[in-house]
Amino acid sequence: MPEIKELVKGLADKHGRGRESLIPILQGIIAEERYISDAAMSEVAVELDMSAALVYGTATFYSFLDTEPRGKYVIRICKTITCDMKGKKQIVKTLEDLLKIKVGETTKDNKFTLLETNCLGWCHKGPAMLINSIPYDTLDVNKVTEIIMDYIRK
Amino acid sequence: MKNVKRVDIIFGAYTQEKYKVLEQALKKSSDQIISEVIESGLKGRGGAGFPTGLKWKYTAQEKELVKYVVCNADEGEPGTFKDREILTRVPRKVFSGMAMCGKAIGAKKGYLYLRGEYLYMLPELMEELELFHNSVKEFNFDFKIEIAMGSGAYICGEESALFESIEGKRGEPRNKPPYPTVSGVFGKPTVINNVETFVNTMMIMRLGVDEFKKLGTSDSRGSKLFSVSGDTPIAGIYEIELGMSLQDFVDEFGDGDTKAVQVGGASGFCVPRKKFKDTIIGFEGVPTGGSMMLFNSSRSMYNVLKNYVEFFEEESCGQCTPCRVGCQQLKKGIEAVKKGEKSAAYLVTLQKLADTMKISSKCGLGQSVANSFSSIVDNFKEEMIY
Repeated sequence: MPEIKELVKGLADKHGRGRESLIPILQGIIAEERYISDAAMSEVAVELDMSAALVYGTATFYSFLDTEPRGKYVIRICKTITCDMKGKKQIVKTLEDLLKIKVGETTKDNKFTLLETNCLGWCHKGPAMLINSIPYDTLDVNKVTEIIMDYIRK
Repeated sequence: MKNVKRVDIIFGAYTQEKYKVLEQALKKSSDQIISEVIESGLKGRGGAGFPTGLKWKYTAQEKELVKYVVCNADEGEPGTFKDREILTRVPRKVFSGMAMCGKAIGAKKGYLYLRGEYLYMLPELMEELELFHNSVKEFNFDFKIEIAMGSGAYICGEESALFESIEGKRGEPRNKPPYPTVSGVFGKPTVINNVETFVNTMMIMRLGVDEFKKLGTSDSRGSKLFSVSGDTPIAGIYEIELGMSLQDFVDEFGDGDTKAVQVGGASGFCVPRKKFKDTIIGFEGVPTGGSMMLFNSSRSMYNVLKNYVEFFEEESCGQCTPCRVGCQQLKKGIEAVKKGEKSAAYLVTLQKLADTMKISSKCGLGQSVANSFSSIVDNFKEEMIY
């Protein structure tokens, strides 16, 4: 895959080729591709001259460094107790109905992936979620519907 | 008399001239800075409460040429959101504290390790960082700060796991000793402090040691940011002097029906209503990184505990057996008791397991699971069973 090769090379030029550059490079792949494919991991290993096992071991440790295909927009809903108390379950149900997928799944058009995550740091304004890196707080059924409709139109 | 003493220092306005407090602090000698921080009695604001000045002193004493300052902004403890607020509203004070620490210990480089969940803040932080670098150059002080991003791992808030992550590795905690003051990031002597701690060191420079010591109690000097959430009509961030009783806190923030407060997040302690009066919030009582979750009588403490245990099970790095297997077994165990597959007496066995994790786990994550587990099981046994 020539595009992946180009992407990894560009990221390595920017961040360097030492071990400490590995995570920034993997984060750079996520920003572009939303997940790190096996091909991308091999490419990083070649570019940084380290074993693919090291790249795989590092990538799979971090929950935001996805190694499975993800949609263009990755939704992560906070499942920690305070968001749960403020109605997180209702928000999850609304999202599942709107996107016609369950938590952990990706829509057929590869546009959305729905995931749960641990505390996002918005406990005073729960329920909260991230879409890619953008946080949304104080969610209710109407608000979350509006947000998702906006993304669907994008 | 109002027993919850609110103050407004941490989020106070910047000086008119950019980085003025830092400029003045940098005129002091390394020894002078360290002795002022020691004298202030400041203890780390991340939760563990190690005396900040001593940490700086030990690192300054190391003979290595290369040393580092690391700011821990991997704020992942459930119920905590103060560091995000600090970095959004007053990042200048954080960078200033890091630079002053650099002067005190003889470091030229600092890292701010920001959790992946806060990636959206990066553009604004970079803007302030540029201003910072220009300012320290004007002051003829050689110090650079780099922002390292996390990627969704609670364990990276553990200091040695955080170093591993900066080095590009899996965030697995190291054995201690050696401590960071001797061998931290890249194996070099390192001061690692919480975001709020660095702001506090600048507060000491601005107010002076004597004014700072007037806040709080003799065991818990200064003010502290509290992240208040759960069943409260006024959830949010509050700066309060340390040393209040939990009863005073609940009178101020509760909804009139508070049955328990989780102090210090999932790794902290659950305090039931009957103990509110006798519980002091501070290093002489129940310490906290600032997370205060309130639960009223409509909440099932079984659900609360299950949520915490699931959290630990997912966030355990899996490196050491007591924590990896222990978290899984605690979760299975409380589910079995709830379903009636195991008798109530099994809870005692589970508490023994939690105690074993406390003494045998490698890092603070596994060691602290017993805090919430035992305090919830002890105080709300009926809710665990029925």
